[in-house]
Amino acid sequence: MNGLRFFASARFWRGALPALSLTFVLVGVFWLQPRAMSYFGLNLLFNLAVPIALATIAQMFVIAVNDLDLSIGSFVSLVACIGATWLRDTPLLGIAALLGCVAVYAALGALIYIRQLPSIVVTLGMSFVWSGCAVLLLPTPGGSAPDWIRTLVSYKPSYVPMPLLAAVALGLVVHFGLMRTSWGVLMRGVGGNEKAITRAGWSVLKLKMVMYALTAVFGILAGLTLVGLATSADANIALRYTLLSIAGVILGGGEFVGGRISPVGAVLGAMTLTLTASFLSFLRISPDWQIGAQGAVLIIVLALRAIVNRLEARR
Amino acid sequence: MRSIETFMRHHPWSWSFVAAFLTWAATAAYISGTGGLALASTALSFSTFFVMVGIGQMFVITLGPGNVDLSIPSTITLSAVVSMMVMDGSNAMIVPGFLAAILVGTLVGLFNYGLIRVLSIPPIIATMSSSFLVQSSAIALGRGVKIKPPAALEWVATAKLTGVPVLSLGVIALAVCMAILLNRTVYGRSVTAFGQNTRAAGLAGVPIERIRYLTYSLSAVLAAICGVFLAGFSGGSSLNMGEEYLLASIAVVVIGGSSIAGGNSNVPGIFGSALFLFLLVAMLNTFGAAAGLRLILTGLIIVGVVTFAGGRAENR
Repeated sequence: MNGLRFFASARFWRGALPALSLTFVLVGVFWLQPRAMSYFGLNLLFNLAVPIALATIAQMFVIAVNDLDLSIGSFVSLVACIGATWLRDTPLLGIAALLGCVAVYAALGALIYIRQLPSIVVTLGMSFVWSGCAVLLLPTPGGSAPDWIRTLVSYKPSYVPMPLLAAVALGLVVHFGLMRTSWGVLMRGVGGNEKAITRAGWSVLKLKMVMYALTAVFGILAGLTLVGLATSADANIALRYTLLSIAGVILGGGEFVGGRISPVGAVLGAMTLTLTASFLSFLRISPDWQIGAQGAVLIIVLALRAIVNRLEARR
Repeated sequence: MRSIETFMRHHPWSWSFVAAFLTWAATAAYISGTGGLALASTALSFSTFFVMVGIGQMFVITLGPGNVDLSIPSTITLSAVVSMMVMDGSNAMIVPGFLAAILVGTLVGLFNYGLIRVLSIPPIIATMSSSFLVQSSAIALGRGVKIKPPAALEWVATAKLTGVPVLSLGVIALAVCMAILLNRTVYGRSVTAFGQNTRAAGLAGVPIERIRYLTYSLSAVLAAICGVFLAGFSGGSSLNMGEEYLLASIAVVVIGGSSIAGGNSNVPGIFGSALFLFLLVAMLNTFGAAAGLRLILTGLIIVGVVTFAGGRAENR
């Protein structure tokens, strides 16, 4: 009986919404193009979803502490540029630069917390800094990805396509880390009730620095995956990731305040957004409408969530 | 000396004018001769567009944490495309073109507000989602369209009277009106009250929802008007013409001394910081800084200014 009631509950529907929207778009794609229902087809459909999912997870860490990162797109672009130049030619310098980026992100977290700064303005400013670095490093599109990254991203396991495996692994690992460990509870707690965390004797400063550093780590993974798939880079390669990643987190059931996030949902959200773009091309609708369709999907899912919430309130 | 200090402390916008003047002076000294005056005139021209969208963004930001309009760049682009198509290069169609642009702005504002109200989602998400749709419409409508602006519009947007850009005179008048609107009208005081404490404002009888609707509409309409003039200024619409206005519209508000946490804004600072932002890039250009370095310094200055000015209230 309890089980049945759970399936009728608002909480269940809110949680199931990301999976349902992905299924919906996926069924649409398969219906239009049955040949996509193959190893090769799925590989093609979801290949570019992997870096977007990684960037979405990166964004999610910042959203979990009630902040917003408007620089993630330019940061991922910079990482792609570092990957296509230094990391290939002088690996040590490349690794040092990437570690430096993590340190800068942690420092930003500290700055934003200590001075109580608005994260959107700080990260908007930083987006210029990252873009500037990327332009200095790679003034014209080019460079080339290190061979080991290319081999890694084009690895083809038997039976299940790599992008799906990667997405599942990403969702599960982050879910376990954030939702099932005591560290995860603390970090989400910063977004939920900062004062309670402070009173319990934890340093919010350190936790925020860790969350920002994690954003950088996943941003770096996104950039390296992207440069591996694209094989070369340019300074604007991932600028649209900023808005896509925020949309992905929200689509996946994350909320803006209160540390309410869902890692699995975020991965599903990123995949839905990527798939929406392909869905349009299968419908032979001009790619001009791609961003528009992504916006529409976002609005529809938010509307459904509003309906679920309202039904819950009425009970 | 004392009085200058007190004045600057009580008027946070004065900093932006000092910064603008210093960057201008440094550049003018470097290029010497009459170049300085020409630079000032160019700065006035370019900063007018920042001011137009900055004022709209300022009203939205005044509403308090979480209120920011991310749809400004796409509204600029869509309104530029639509107005150029309506005007079709003919002087006689300028007024209908402007009306069409204002209609675009009104609709975007209504849509933004509708999303915030009906879906009860944070404004930043609402304006972001609607910007996806608006941008897409602009791309679909404007792809391959290359219509020259009517001669009269081009004249208004680019003409200079003894070195002073005509458009900047109009924008100064607009800024004065908006300052009066913000400080001396019921609407303006209500926006400020909304930003300081929404609940208290509501209990005191401020029509919360109407204020919010009017503010998002104002921002979208100003962005739409900016789009028309920008198209006139740059010889037609282009699909990425709004891009730089996302950061610029927020940056001029913050550098201008308005509180990013809302409830405490001023108009003059927007003018000062718009001039400063343009002059800064001009200065780095004259000193021969590479494009990358220019971006980095612009970013660091924005981060530096917010760190220095500090945020008192909540994040975001």
